[in-house]
Amino acid sequence: MSLTIDDVKRIAHLARIEAAPHEAEQVLGQLSGIFALIGEMQAVDTAGVEPMSHAQDLMLRLRDDVVTERDQHAAFQAVAPQVEADLYLVPKVIE
Amino acid sequence: MLNFTVKQLAAEIAARRVSSVEAAEFFLKRIKTLGKTLNAFISLDEEKTLVAARAADALLAAGQGGSLTGVPIAHKDIFCAKGWLTTCGSKMLANFTAPYDAHVMEQFNAAGTVTIGKTNMDEFAMGSSNETSYFGPVKNPWDITTVPGGSSGGSAAAVAARLAPAATGTDTGGSIRQPAALTGICGLKPTYGVVSRYGMIAFASSLDQAGPFARTAEDLGLLLNVMAGFDARDSTSLEREREDYTRELEKPLTGLRIGLPREFFAEGMAPDVAKAIDEAIAQYKKLGCEMVEVSLPNMKLSVPVYYVLAPAEASSNLSRFDGVRYGYRAPEYGDLIDMYKKSRAQGFGAEVKRRILIGTYVLSHGYYDAYYIKAQKLRRLIAQDFAAAFKRCDVILGPTSPGTAFKIGEKSGDPVQMYLSDIYTIAVNLAGLPGMSLPCGFDRASLPVGLQLIGDYFGEAKMLNVAHQYQLATDWHQRMPQGIETC
Repeated sequence: MSLTIDDVKRIAHLARIEAAPHEAEQVLGQLSGIFALIGEMQAVDTAGVEPMSHAQDLMLRLRDDVVTERDQHAAFQAVAPQVEADLYLVPKVIE
Repeated sequence: MLNFTVKQLAAEIAARRVSSVEAAEFFLKRIKTLGKTLNAFISLDEEKTLVAARAADALLAAGQGGSLTGVPIAHKDIFCAKGWLTTCGSKMLANFTAPYDAHVMEQFNAAGTVTIGKTNMDEFAMGSSNETSYFGPVKNPWDITTVPGGSSGGSAAAVAARLAPAATGTDTGGSIRQPAALTGICGLKPTYGVVSRYGMIAFASSLDQAGPFARTAEDLGLLLNVMAGFDARDSTSLEREREDYTRELEKPLTGLRIGLPREFFAEGMAPDVAKAIDEAIAQYKKLGCEMVEVSLPNMKLSVPVYYVLAPAEASSNLSRFDGVRYGYRAPEYGDLIDMYKKSRAQGFGAEVKRRILIGTYVLSHGYYDAYYIKAQKLRRLIAQDFAAAFKRCDVILGPTSPGTAFKIGEKSGDPVQMYLSDIYTIAVNLAGLPGMSLPCGFDRASLPVGLQLIGDYFGEAKMLNVAHQYQLATDWHQRMPQGIETC
């Protein structure tokens, strides 16, 4: 497969990363090399093999649906870029 | 104090022959001089360090110290440490002061150790040379024109240069073992799930695992005793009985079966590395070990598999950096989407963005099965290869890295070449096995060579036994970079 500049722009948008046109060109070259390496996977037949998501095939532990956290919003919001009245401020979303 | 191991320094401090404050001051002085040259640390907080050291001394004076109380330890800047700047090597978190402690930090604090500083690292642990750090590259104390490896390059350089007797790191594809190899020290990645990932800034959650750096296998065991342990806040933390990782150190190796994977020795190793590994094998034969040829036929696919799975997980994990709740926000933007895009474009470095884009692509509609599921299937085949090998041997031995420390800038323009330098370490993370690196010689340029040991699941104590017995018979681990005694 070969990536196109439109692919790069599309995935940059999905990843919410701004990419200037000259950057997209440069990234395209690098990603093409990496995808050539990744393409080596296709050489092996994996029919009938179960995908492995956990190193020991364990299921993630479940916990009771109870509140375990204490309220630390002051500490956590102290590191936020913009806060007002205990709320995170972002550009207006709804007109 | 310069060459004390963790064990020796802890004993001196416990016997009150050296105070914890004296030890902290000794290493802080080195960090402020030699440490600057090497760029090994991102942040120091002398006041916090000395407060912790004084508290350790008070505990010892009251007869309440533990086995490592008062020992200074350097922590990779990936671990959230309450009140400490925690940057993960990124502009994105350059001003982030952690509001809480990672489980690893809680464990070390409970043991009474003293945080000497936060070490430099590749941005978000993505790199094999410590060149992707927003805070600049770390230099290898054996030759400051070369890299220390990565991503835990600052921790490795700090221990090699005697800026701290020990340090912590994390290993997603080799980020503890490879820098340990390139700087001539020891580093261990435990079995996946042994150390909690809580408060350790996530890169690829199914592969990330924290572990220690030190100069001896024995020290690694002591440090792992502190780091390991169940933590309910990490859903992949394993509920296991506590164990003493030093319990098998003194066992003789007579009759031990060491597996040598054919694929490790087939091609790709630099001749000087191959020679040092051969000599280590000869040493193990002298110690009574039996060499068994094993095969890991799918190992060559571990790099492509890793560069699907790790970026996929990273693209998901790093979506939390949006300029809203913490971290960098672009100074100028239009609407909300524009704020996200500009904050992330400006806050992340090139390698991190590259991996987020790879991950986004392999998880996107129409490509998920061809890439992500395919990689997960191959991951199983790689794990099965190891399982078959461990039916025939007790530990696996090979090189940690195909070469020794390379020049700063040598590989940074070619991501694929950089990725391939992790060929011997990545498969271990995919399988979730424990692995470690220990020094076993030098190349013709006097740069250290690392020997990798791979254990079966939960085989850390056995692996440390195998490393410790080698270190009793050899002195590679006692060698020191030239010119670092005074600084």
